[in-house]
Formats: sequence, structure tokens, C-alpha cells
Amino acid sequence: MNFEGELMNLKDTELRLGLPGRDEEQEKRSCSVVKSNKRCRHESSEEEGSSVTEKNNAGDGSDDQDNVPPPAKAQVVGWPPIRSYRKNCVQQQNNKGCQERSDGAEYVKVSMDGAPYLRKIHLRVYNCYPQLLEALQNMFKCTFGEYSEREGYNGSEYAPTYQDKDGDWMLVGDVPWNMFISSCKRLRIMKGSDAKGLGGCL
Amino acid sequence: MRVNQVEVPRDENGSSILDLARADIAESSTKTRNCAACPGSGSGSMEFQSPYPDQVLENVLENVLHFLTARRDRNAASLVCKSWYRAEALTRSELFIGNCYAVSPRRATSRFTRVRSVAIKGKPRFADFDLMPINWGALFSPWVAAMAKAYPWLEKVYLKRMTVTDEDLVLLSESFPCFKELVLVCCDGFGTSGLAAVAGRCRQLRVLDLVESEVDDDDVEWLSYFPESQTHLESLVFDCLQFAVNFDALEKLVARSPSLKKLRLNGSVTTPQLYRLITQAPQLTHLGTGSFGALEAVAAGDQEPDYASAFAACKSLVCLSGFREIFPDYLPAIYPVCTSLTSLNFSYANINAEHLKSVICLCHKLQTLWVLDSICDEGLQAVAATCKDLRELRVFPENPNEDVEGPVSEVGLQAISEGCNKLQSILYFCQRMTNAAVVAMSKNCPDLVVFRLCIIGRYRPDAVTGEPMDEGFGAIVMNCKKLTRLAVSGLLTDRAFSYIGKYGKLVRTLSVAFAGDTDMGLKYVLEGCHNLQKLEIRDSPFGNEALHSGLHHYYNMRFVWMSSCKLTRHACQEVARALPHLVVEVIRSQGERNDDSVEILYMYRSLDGPRSDAPQFVTIMQ
Repeated sequence: MNFEGELMNLKDTELRLGLPGRDEEQEKRSCSVVKSNKRCRHESSEEEGSSVTEKNNAGDGSDDQDNVPPPAKAQVVGWPPIRSYRKNCVQQQNNKGCQERSDGAEYVKVSMDGAPYLRKIHLRVYNCYPQLLEALQNMFKCTFGEYSEREGYNGSEYAPTYQDKDGDWMLVGDVPWNMFISSCKRLRIMKGSDAKGLGGCL
Repeated sequence: MRVNQVEVPRDENGSSILDLARADIAESSTKTRNCAACPGSGSGSMEFQSPYPDQVLENVLENVLHFLTARRDRNAASLVCKSWYRAEALTRSELFIGNCYAVSPRRATSRFTRVRSVAIKGKPRFADFDLMPINWGALFSPWVAAMAKAYPWLEKVYLKRMTVTDEDLVLLSESFPCFKELVLVCCDGFGTSGLAAVAGRCRQLRVLDLVESEVDDDDVEWLSYFPESQTHLESLVFDCLQFAVNFDALEKLVARSPSLKKLRLNGSVTTPQLYRLITQAPQLTHLGTGSFGALEAVAAGDQEPDYASAFAACKSLVCLSGFREIFPDYLPAIYPVCTSLTSLNFSYANINAEHLKSVICLCHKLQTLWVLDSICDEGLQAVAATCKDLRELRVFPENPNEDVEGPVSEVGLQAISEGCNKLQSILYFCQRMTNAAVVAMSKNCPDLVVFRLCIIGRYRPDAVTGEPMDEGFGAIVMNCKKLTRLAVSGLLTDRAFSYIGKYGKLVRTLSVAFAGDTDMGLKYVLEGCHNLQKLEIRDSPFGNEALHSGLHHYYNMRFVWMSSCKLTRHACQEVARALPHLVVEVIRSQGERNDDSVEILYMYRSLDGPRSDAPQFVTIMQ
């Protein structure tokens, strides 16, 4: 049990939906329309290749699909021993109230530079950027700092980025939420210094 | 030609690594002695007879050995003498590699030259639960590269927990003109591009099964790549795909696959689409229904297809699965096939007891049942009442959290034990359990081969008596004389392990989590379970002394996994030094640390020493 603490640093997930009655100001700021021009970025090789094994680490089971307050106790990685694939499928069902057909490509993979584990999240569970960002920050135990149109995520170690349908890497928050939802293929939490490149060529 | 018995250590299992290594050495050493005639010296373990091969007898031997199919028998035969070793190697057509790092592709393909079918297993099972960092290994690439050269007549590939790339699949499709069957279980690393290559180039393809694998959506419509003419497809399984497939292509494919018997659709296939497919293919024996949900667009009064008739027309259906988004009102559609079903997988269908009862009361022939615990104890009681022939039961939790009231309990287990006396295999997730129910099962189900009980709340005692669960599991190993696989949970003391060591003589696979008190627990197991091959332990207080106590046995095992236990690197190193043919991997999932602790120990025997593809976070002890 000594090592549990170590293992939980990164894998501890408190994936929650945002509470109602959030700070409205913050919401407005983050969800506002910005320019949709793409920031330039050069691809790092570690994203390439289909040989990367990706695992869903939300296997802790604390994804509260029923909008109840999050559990007080943090869940243990890999327990109970159910393949995350199976957990996702059943959760997916519970999230759909009206039994509609699966849309496919619901999940996006989320990676963080330096973390050995990849996660998968269901983007449509969130309603706006603040909710998504909070969930990511909780999931990976990092902070993103203040978002601004011009400077991206200022003053933080990490910044959230995503790859869109065209394969370009963008800073999360650059486009309106709905556009983001429909074009986001995968997420990557980059070191702040790397993400600066994204803000560079406006 | 007289045949000398080679002295080998007795092993109930078949060959240990030392036997295989010796056989290899013997093969190479006797080649140099081929010219000298030295009949019947008989002393020492490396003496072989008959330097002038008797070709006629060898041919006879080969013909006879063709009939030997079980690999244990083949392993034994290969140890009789050099001639038998050679003949066996030439006649082995099915190659099974239980641990992809136990032997190199080069060695395997050099010894067995006429292989038609290959099965390879990679990562340990705990990797399924995110306990192993990504990119650990188990790559198919070196294997397919070696086989491309060595086995031009290869027909079948079965992989489990391997990383397969699109390039691997392309190479496969280009290298084996007779290729017939590809089965990928719990694999990853490839996408629709690789599938398209297989579909397009393997003209003899009969089986393409993707089971619980992670497949990337490369936006390639792989189903469209099958040849335009009639296919030889007998099995097409893709229910694990998390993205939509081209239904039009699928429908046309089914229409031109007259031999198709097994079809498992993924959740993107709607119920009306399912209808169209099964009316085209009433010869199906195994069907995965896909979504089985109701589209929003179906309003009251709209004409819906006659699903029940479509199912009724499938007179050969014996295995049903899918139900990924089940709309319970559609359940009556499957009633016509229930009476012939031998296998039913409802494990993605969150149906309640009532729904289940309506179906299960018709399933008299059922032998395999997978369900979600949403059916509650009541549902399990209904199963027990009808399914007298049940051999395998798996009950998965709908809500895998630790602090919830579970819908199934000892009541359900007891009922099953009373109703299903032929049970051989059970996997049961629950939130509460009692020793009494487990003991009852041990007595009522003497044929149990696999007993896996997962009490989700860690360290939970008997829900009624408050005692540890030692006696329950003790009864299982004591009474179930055929038991080979065991997974334990709940509050367990060293006593439970003493039972396992004392009575679990046939146990080959043991899975332990959050259990035991001291090193004695693991010692009991390592000293008592003579047939143990696969051991996976997590978060249990077993340390160096316990690890040391297994030295006599590790060469007989496929692997040992210990994570979050009380091991030190130093102790692991000692094991590595004591057993040079054991590869001892110490895995750290994050960063550098200077202390002696071990997050994950994963060790396995290998004929070819430490692997060369280990990532940075793996340290191979030497």
C-alpha cells in the first residue's frame, strides 16, 4: 500500500461535471469567440505512429455519470479489474438518456507530456471550456493558467492543445465551443514552453 | 534403431525451460558426432544413438507424430531422443508462444520449419487495467518479419495482448498467400489502414476477428476493400470498434459471403440495419447484434421491421451477443432463438431482472452466460432455475465504484450454486459476499475449473459474520479438485494462502489483490502450488523473503507479476543472479527515484536472454 500514493499522483482522477451556478464571468471569457486562425506548430514525433499503446486511465470508475457529488474517496488505479473498454461502453449507455444510436468517434484521447498514461474522455459530457479545463486539470494534476487570445495560457507549466480534423494543432479555447467539439480529434497537454510556439504566429 | 531415453527432470507440466534448452543443445551437439558410431553407452544424459539416420523409421515417426496435436504431448515427444526431436519439429504445424519474450522469433522459426498456425501472447493481463505503462513492448513486428521469411504457407495468426502496427498487417497480407485466419484479442497499435490491407490482399481469408482490441479510425473504409467476388469469409467479428463502419459495404459483403457463420457487429450498426443483415444471412450461428437500440426517429405508429421473424428465420443461431444500447422493448424479438441458444452475452446490456427473466426462462440449453449485475440477485435466481446446463457464468458490475450497494450478493451466488451444478467457470463481481455462499458453491459445483470472485470493496470481510474470507476460498481449493484458475478478493489473511498452497495442487493461474498479512502468504503458494504457471499479485504485503522462496519454481512459470508489494530492487537483483535464464524486469511508471523500492516486478523465463526493445522505464536486473 506504500506505493499507492506514488501511483495515484498522475492517475488519480476526480472526473466531475461542472457544478451548476458556476462563475459566469469566467464562463463568458473562455467561451467567447476568438479568431479561428490556426496557430502554427511543428509536430513532435511522439504523436506519430500507430504503435503507441493508449490506455484509458479513467478506470478508477469515479466518472459520475449521474450528476451526484463526487465520491469522497479517490479510486484506485486498475481496480476493480475491469477493462476500461468495458467500463466506457456501459458508461456510454448510461449517459444516453434516450437510447440514441452511437455516433462513433465520441472519445478523444488525451495525453500529457511526461505522463506515461493516456486517457480518454467523452467530450460531449462537458458544456463549455471551463468545465473541460477543470476536468483536465484534475485528471492530470496540473494547472493551465489564464487564457488570453493573444498569449494563450499565460503563467502556467502546461497548456492544453488539440488536434483538429485537418491534423493541425491548436490551443484549446481558440475556437467557439461547438466548433471545438465537432473538430477536436485528440487532446494533448503540452509543456507551456512548447505551446508558446502556438501563440507565436498570429 | 534403438532409442535411448534422455534423462530429464520429472516435470508434471511437460517440459521446463531447461528441457527445451537441453533439447536445443543436444540437437546442435549431436550434429558433430554424426559420423561416430557409439551404440548403447547409455550413461549420462546427453548420449544419443544411431548416428546414421534410419530414414524409413523417421518417415514412419513423422507420420505418426502428425496425429499428436496437444502441445504438451508434442513437447514430451520431442525429448525422447534426437530423432524424435527432429521429427516432432518437422511435424509441428501449430506453434504456441505463451510469452512472446520467452523465445526469439529466430529461434522459434529455426526449430519449427513447417508451421501453419501461430499463436502468440504478449503483455501480462494486469496491463488491461492500466497497471503497465504504455509502450512496454510485446511488438508483433519482429515476429511477422521472421515468419514472412520462414513460413510462406502460414495460414493462421492468433495474437493476444500484442502491439500490432498497420505496417505489420500490410506485411502479413503480402507475405502469406494462403492466409486464412486472423484473430486479434486485446491488441492495439493498428487501425483501419491495416485492416484494409488484410481485407484486400488475403484472398483466402476465412476469419477476421477483432476481440476487445483498440483499433484506430484512420478514416479508411476497410470493409470496402474485400474482393468484389464471393468471399470465403466464415467469421467477421468487429464489435470492439468504437467508430462507425460503412454499412453499405458491410451489407454487400454479407450478401457475397455465403459461408459466413459468425458475425459480430459494433454499436454503430442500428437495429434496422441489423434486420437487413440477418435477413440476408439466416445461416448465421453466432451473432453480435450491434446497438439493438431504438432510434429517436422511430415514433409511435411508424412501421418497424418484423424483428422477431428475422430472428426466427435464423434457425442455426446458437450464440448471441451485442446489445450495446439495448432497448428492452426489442427483447421479444430474440425469443424465437432462445431455445437453441448455448451462449448469451448480455454484459453490455443494462437490463433489469424482469427483462432478463423474460428471456432466460426460454434458454434451457444455455451453457455460457455473461451479464451485468443490473439483473440483480433475482435475475440470477431465474438463471439458476432454468439454465441447468450452465458451464460458464460471468457477472460484471454496472457501477464499478467501491462505496455503492451492489445489486448482486451472496444470495445470487448461492442460487447459482444450487441450480447450476455443472458450472465449470465463474467470474463474479459483487459488493458483498459470505463464506457460506462460497463454501456452498465449492460443494455444489465440483466441476469448477475457474473460480474468480471479485469483491469490489477492498478488504471486505464476510458480510454476515465479519470474518475474513479465508474459509470460503479454502473450501474452493479443497473441494474443487479440478480447479486450475483462481482469483481471490475480500479480506484475506495468510491462512487463505496456506489453504491454497496445501490444496491448490492443480492451480496454474493465481490472481491476488489487496490480500494477505506477511511473507508467509506468498511462501505458502510458491512452496505448495507445484503447477503454478502464472502469478499476478498487486498491493499485497509480500516482500523479499517471499520472493526468494520461489527460486526453485520460477523456471517452470510463464511469468510472475508483483506490483505495489514490499520488494526491493536488491532482492530482485538477487533473483536475477540466482536464475540466469530468468528475465527480471523492474518497471517504474514515473520519473527517476533513488530508493530501493520496486513498483512493478515482472519476470519470466527466456531462452534468449533480456530483450533488446525494453523502454527506458524498464530496468532488467542482472
